[in-house]
Amino acid sequence: MIALLIRDMRLAFRAGGGFGLGLAFFLILAVLVPLGVGPERGTLALIAPGILWVGALLACLLSLDRIFALDYEDGSLDLLATAPVPLEGVVSIKALAHWLTTGVPLVLVSPVLGLLLNLPVPAYGWLLLSLTLGTPALSVIGTFGAALTVGLKRGGLLLSLLVLPLYIPTLVFGAEVVSRGAQGLAVGTPLALLAGITAGAVALLPFASAHVIRINLR
Amino acid sequence: MSLKVTDLACARGGLPLLEGVSFVLEPGQALVLRGPNGCGKTTALRTIAGLQPATAGTFDFLPDSIAYAGHADGLKATLSVTENLTFWAAIYGTSGIDHALDRMNLRQLADRAAQNLSAGQKRRLGLARLMVTGRPAWVLDEPTVSLDAASVALFAEVVRAHLAAGGMALMATHIDLGLPEARVLDLGPYKARMPEPSSGFDEAFL
Amino acid sequence: MSSLWEYANPLKFMRTTDWLLPIVAVAAVVVTTTGLIWGFFFTPDDFRQGSTVKIVFLHVPAALMAINAWLMMLVASLVWLIRRHHVSALAARAAAPVGAVMTVIGLITGAVWGQPMWGTWWAWDPRLTSFLILFLFYLGYIAMWSAIDDPDTGADLTAVLCLVGSVFAVLSRYAANFWNQGLHQGASLSVAPGTRMDWAYKAPLYTCMVGFGLIFLALVLTGTRTEIRARRMKALAARERMA
Repeated sequence: MIALLIRDMRLAFRAGGGFGLGLAFFLILAVLVPLGVGPERGTLALIAPGILWVGALLACLLSLDRIFALDYEDGSLDLLATAPVPLEGVVSIKALAHWLTTGVPLVLVSPVLGLLLNLPVPAYGWLLLSLTLGTPALSVIGTFGAALTVGLKRGGLLLSLLVLPLYIPTLVFGAEVVSRGAQGLAVGTPLALLAGITAGAVALLPFASAHVIRINLR
Repeated sequence: MSLKVTDLACARGGLPLLEGVSFVLEPGQALVLRGPNGCGKTTALRTIAGLQPATAGTFDFLPDSIAYAGHADGLKATLSVTENLTFWAAIYGTSGIDHALDRMNLRQLADRAAQNLSAGQKRRLGLARLMVTGRPAWVLDEPTVSLDAASVALFAEVVRAHLAAGGMALMATHIDLGLPEARVLDLGPYKARMPEPSSGFDEAFL
Repeated sequence: MSSLWEYANPLKFMRTTDWLLPIVAVAAVVVTTTGLIWGFFFTPDDFRQGSTVKIVFLHVPAALMAINAWLMMLVASLVWLIRRHHVSALAARAAAPVGAVMTVIGLITGAVWGQPMWGTWWAWDPRLTSFLILFLFYLGYIAMWSAIDDPDTGADLTAVLCLVGSVFAVLSRYAANFWNQGLHQGASLSVAPGTRMDWAYKAPLYTCMVGFGLIFLALVLTGTRTEIRARRMKALAARERMA
């Protein structure tokens, strides 16, 4: 299992692995929004929490189809499915690798982008916390979507269509934490709900993903 | 420890392909499945490897005795030969890839990235992967595709050594493997007949 | 012998729906027409909302069927996953477009109603928002079906998608509630004391709801029959190729 995690991380960081694409996308989005909306600092401060969360979500989406598609094409997925490791575990490790290579970097650069978008000072801590709690759910839900579409030739677009509606609760609660934090309001409830969704998704979705992979390999 | 398949029937995409396939493979034996393209060799092997359910029949072997190798070798292009092999050894919980490197003549390619290997070299790496699984029953789909004559001989030698050590090999191919001692099972006569239209529960479908 | 599961046999299903479908279809037209005419022309205007309120006779039944269609897909998906009856998978597939259209009708009639009432065609009210989200789920489900060739694989994958989607649809509903408290009036048909709606309205509304239910049933039966025929055709073509 650890070997699989190391392999996936190594593949992500080597040439053509796509590491950093999501980050670059996140940065471009944070530059484009003020260009589109105008430089007025009050407006930017108002929309910053939402933009940062939507940006993180779209950046996550970019790298989802790589989770299984490459392993499916070169036959590794067949071999992993017949190897002495539970497929549920394989799926969870793949989601973890996706989070480590996409989610964590997004969390780390988000304060810088918050600066660009004039995010109010009290919100930075909540931004980091909500993204740290929310991005694992994005990876796990995305892994489920990737597992659903693994056998399809042009699955990328379908993947977005399937996954984005599933991201809605996470987005709502995550952005709510940041915007409440920005206004100095209590954030306990949305934070708890966000953590609950993540915990539930991490605990249950790998079973659905593994089931779906078995169907797709058949 | 043997591999016994009784009355296997399998289907692809909802279409029945084979039925009534039975064989027993004792330790030290090899069996070659033959038959024209599309007769169901690959499907039979995938079913035995546990990747898809059989429509009928019984298996009598431990599922974790099988190492499967399909058409694709499951290699990662940006990882080196050593990294690829070490990964699979770790997944199967075995250690030591040196033996496999030596036997498949990959020693001097050990640090080369898999994307820079020729087709035959990749295939050899794929077969070296089988050796690091440490499993007794090899299930191989077209193992010698894109191998040159010397490599086919090398492959036959490795399979022989595996059999001599008490292993088993089940292979599907339509070209010569250089293993005259292997038994041959022609799948042609086992082609599934379509069920009668008036039988069965889902009769309106098939 | 008279188990419900018998109708999971495609042949039995076809034979039964041969006579059942025309009855349901005629009943659907008669009941819906009656309900709508009754509602539109033989009810008094609301003292506050005037005649615009009468769009309720389209809006509420459509919204009801939009949700019920998804529930039916959920049940049919479970039946497929557990008992592997092909008819239920095909019925789930047939229900999706109907449910999606009902959702659109609910949204459009809601916009037409909302314009004079709230002064806007669209508001990010939780009910409206969750209906829009429901529509997205329908789209994903339909797209998933149409992307897969093998019918059994498609049935399996969409069934799992439907289960997971249901959980997230419910979560989205709560998220939307949490996110914005909203303009939309409470459920129009509350059984709580202090009933908000007069029987003069309720009776035609119930009629319309039954009518929409029958329309839904008729369309799903037609769709399922089409799917069964399409599968049979595929099977026959495959048989030709094999022979």
